[in-house]
Amino acid sequence: MTPEDGRTLVAEAPANASRSKLKLIDCDVHHALRSSKDLYPYMATRWHDHIAQFGRRRPVPFLASSPYPKTAPALSRTDSWPPNGGPPGSDLAFLQEQLLDRYNIEYGMLHLLTSGMDERNQDLGNALCCAINDWQYEHWTQKDKRLKAAIVVPGEDAVAAVKEIERWAGNPDFCQISIVTHSIEPLGRRRYWPIYEAAQAHNLPIGLHSSGTNGHAVTSAGWCSYYVEEQHNVALSQQNLAISLVCEGVFERFPALKAVIVEAGFVWVPAVCWRLDQHWARMRGEVPHLTKKPSEYFRSNLWYSSQPADEPENPQDLRQVIEWLGWDRLMFATDYPHWDMDNPEHAFKFRMTEAEQQQVFAGNARAVYGLA
Amino acid sequence: MARHIVADAGEIPPGGRKLVTIRGREIGVFNQGGEYFALLNRCPHQGAELCKGTLIGLATSTGPGNFELTRHGEMLKCPWHGWEYEIRTGQSWCDPNDIKARAYPVTVEHGATLVKGPYVAETFQVEIEQDYVVIEV
Ligand code: FES
Repeated sequence: MTPEDGRTLVAEAPANASRSKLKLIDCDVHHALRSSKDLYPYMATRWHDHIAQFGRRRPVPFLASSPYPKTAPALSRTDSWPPNGGPPGSDLAFLQEQLLDRYNIEYGMLHLLTSGMDERNQDLGNALCCAINDWQYEHWTQKDKRLKAAIVVPGEDAVAAVKEIERWAGNPDFCQISIVTHSIEPLGRRRYWPIYEAAQAHNLPIGLHSSGTNGHAVTSAGWCSYYVEEQHNVALSQQNLAISLVCEGVFERFPALKAVIVEAGFVWVPAVCWRLDQHWARMRGEVPHLTKKPSEYFRSNLWYSSQPADEPENPQDLRQVIEWLGWDRLMFATDYPHWDMDNPEHAFKFRMTEAEQQQVFAGNARAVYGLA
Repeated sequence: MARHIVADAGEIPPGGRKLVTIRGREIGVFNQGGEYFALLNRCPHQGAELCKGTLIGLATSTGPGNFELTRHGEMLKCPWHGWEYEIRTGQSWCDPNDIKARAYPVTVEHGATLVKGPYVAETFQVEIEQDYVVIEV
């Protein structure tokens, strides 16, 4: 009897090889610290002592929990815990096997969900950001050239943030700048503009992955009861952020600035644009610094990662939405290893032409991030 | 359709499972309280390895404020997006009419029957006095 025929069976089936010939760029890959102590080698001893004695000081409302939707432990696919221990995303070899090799990924854009930006002690926040970047460089991007990091900056302290951007700008391992989206003020406010100025000067996009905590609920009406609500409201908070960037005139001041909205879906974009344009037509006099319709900034300066791709009853409806959005705006992302990950082979349930696939799965990201 | 011997009866304990490959297809064989069920190891949603999911009960409610957990261990929850499937039929809870995991018939057969064929067991020593789990693919 052959192994295929029953008896001589192995308990573990062999890993699937990639079925995709297309080389992909994955715009949302989550690596993770095994422990916050991974950062200690990159921080002055003063901070080790400080953390031991005082701990971190973040405006986190749910003490023994997390305000983020988590339908699974560590927000992750239950099959993504590395066999050698540590949380999902913390083991490079396993991430290579489950993601990069499995799906033929040419580049994976890393988004760490740990930042120093929401640390109240700004010096500690700054030290954490610097350490995170050193750790990303040494343990991830230098070990696998497919992985590209984001410069994590203490965005509430724009001077320190710009310094950190300048420490890495020009290093090909870092392709964007990451600031937490649950910030102290809406991200379009001028206190954040030095970051955008540096981003534009160094041609680095701003990666806006829902992250951090500012002590406020993501809804305007307070804390919701269920994760299922929160999961949706997080995407709404990303809409607020995009609206703030546009209406404050960030893209008027920094016309070459690129911002990527990550993990908020994209079907909301056309509706927000229609509505904002309508408001703008009536209230333009309040924001004369906007020389174009709001939708035009959404079309010229913002990009959107695809995950979680919506699943309308009629899959073709999604094609219509992408037509409205613009095929040049959408960039594929898996969100590995999180539980709501999209599989590139099945995320879109309608057929794309080869040219469309090329754009969404690689071309748009290649252009935005200036990848070879 | 051919029938394949995939385990000795007793090899998969109640609540346990075994992942087998038959004609290139990965299939999970489950023992649920002495009954056996088999599902293709592929979630119809986005292709995750469904049979590596967690066996759970079914949370239901007749209205806000009350809930019940029934059918302990009879639902398989996908390791990715958590869709729930009945291991008995492969039917999904979220969309039972349209979304089904592929299920295969499983029987427990006595060795004495199996040696008579027509089962795929050529090089497999079948002991007459033992029981085996057989699935039809
Ligand atoms: S792949 Fe199984 S629920 Fe999505």
